[in-house]
Amino acid sequence: MTQQFYVSPEQMMKDRADFARKGIARGRSVVVISCAEGIALVAENPSPSLHKIGEIYDKIAFAAVGKYNEFESLRQAGVRYADVRGYSYDREDVTARGLASVYAQSLGAVFTAEQKPFEVELAVAEVGRNQGEDHLYRLTFDGSIADAYGFVVMGGQAETVAEAVGGSWDASAGFAGTIRRAVAALGLGTPAAAGEQVGAPTKSPAGSLEVAVLDRDSETNRGVKRAFRRLSERDILGLLAEEAAG
Amino acid sequence: MANISRESTAGRVSAAATSSFSEHLAQSRPDLLPYGMGPTARALPEGNLPAVPHATTIVALSFAGGVVMAGDRRATMGSMIASRHIEKVFPADQYSVLGIAGTAGIAIDITRLFQVELEHYEKIEGTLLSLEGKANRLGAMIRANLPMAMQGLAVIPLFAGFDAGRSVGRLFSYDVTGGRYEELEHHSVGSGSVFARGALKKLWRPNMTEDEAVRIAVESLYDASDDDSATGGPDMVRRLWPIVYTVTRTGSSKVSERELASVVETVVAARALLAREA
Repeated sequence: MTQQFYVSPEQMMKDRADFARKGIARGRSVVVISCAEGIALVAENPSPSLHKIGEIYDKIAFAAVGKYNEFESLRQAGVRYADVRGYSYDREDVTARGLASVYAQSLGAVFTAEQKPFEVELAVAEVGRNQGEDHLYRLTFDGSIADAYGFVVMGGQAETVAEAVGGSWDASAGFAGTIRRAVAALGLGTPAAAGEQVGAPTKSPAGSLEVAVLDRDSETNRGVKRAFRRLSERDILGLLAEEAAG
Repeated sequence: MANISRESTAGRVSAAATSSFSEHLAQSRPDLLPYGMGPTARALPEGNLPAVPHATTIVALSFAGGVVMAGDRRATMGSMIASRHIEKVFPADQYSVLGIAGTAGIAIDITRLFQVELEHYEKIEGTLLSLEGKANRLGAMIRANLPMAMQGLAVIPLFAGFDAGRSVGRLFSYDVTGGRYEELEHHSVGSGSVFARGALKKLWRPNMTEDEAVRIAVESLYDASDDDSATGGPDMVRRLWPIVYTVTRTGSSKVSERELASVVETVVAARALLAREA
């Protein structure tokens, strides 16, 4: 007859948290940062089609690190949540706060009830009419939610990158300067990516970057309500070239 | 045994993974669908429906490099004018527009559902639906509305968009059963469509410019309003013009009020000059 070992709840939660942290630490970093023109989302991502950054709603974007299948299912659930809410009430009634609290609940439920916790960390960003109305939420694998001010850094080298971003962050900068600083900070986070991503073309920085923005004035500048805009590789190269020139 | 359970888990995941917003609503919130898929909504009792607003004439025509769609501003309730300001042409997404005729309440909700459907697909899949795909989804929604249509609450849309693959503007019309028909050159739906169609037949020419196409759309609506009491003509007193959208390679855009005012004035002046009685 087999006897089940007793594991204290503290130990169980600690084991799960360690497991999730290990999974997340393997991932590359993502920076979400607010600036004068809106919110920029910058990720290290060698894949051009498996995105870490996504559009949720008119003013709301999503960024994640960790296991792709897990955060992708959360992203899709977020899009469904936002679209149902906007359809049944009104587009204005979809907020990042509501979405973040739904994410916190699902992450928390999975952490305590399922076999294994989600190995993901999420950021939910909402761009406002002015910088004071921007919202940034950071969600961790256990369902903890934090209201961030200015910027969020997640992923493997989060602390190093966060220090670099915090040191250079300028609230009054435009997208170009902010994205350049975020890219520079991400570069510090991965001093030598040797061994990882064998054969990946790491020489061109734009090829391994995924960049999207939430335009603060998308209505006046582009005539659309949807603030989310993904930058193409050419746009990113253009931004980085400006840096080299200036 | 283990194999079966694995298969069913994978099956459940893939069955739940839909890119369609209306399918998602049908699964989780059927009460929110405009054509009512809920257990209570299906069986509308017999009885006479009180008069509800009806949207009337929509015209659409192709030109070199795109399509134009225009709708008048009138909604009628029996012989009464229910609205002078109603808008019946909407952008469906960046590269397509739709116009609606029939029961206004349901039509506007179906439009909203269709707009979310296209945006939802785009966000989930990261790519735009093909123009044919969009036209088919709209057909499925109209078919789902068939029980309501049989109670007298029919909705007939007209759909137009720019086909990026073929680099042309295309038109699609529908019947109440959701049947989808591609139309060439031009088409119109609604109570004044017979008269608008007659005007379009005489006015439409191949390879028109965008400005000519807008003028012809406005002129055909003018003809429809001349003979159909449910179609509103341009209102010179309130300065109300038809709603006109154009769709080209660069996307859909609404023709501005100022532009329309001058188009309407030209059309009306030309008609006045002719001094014809009939």
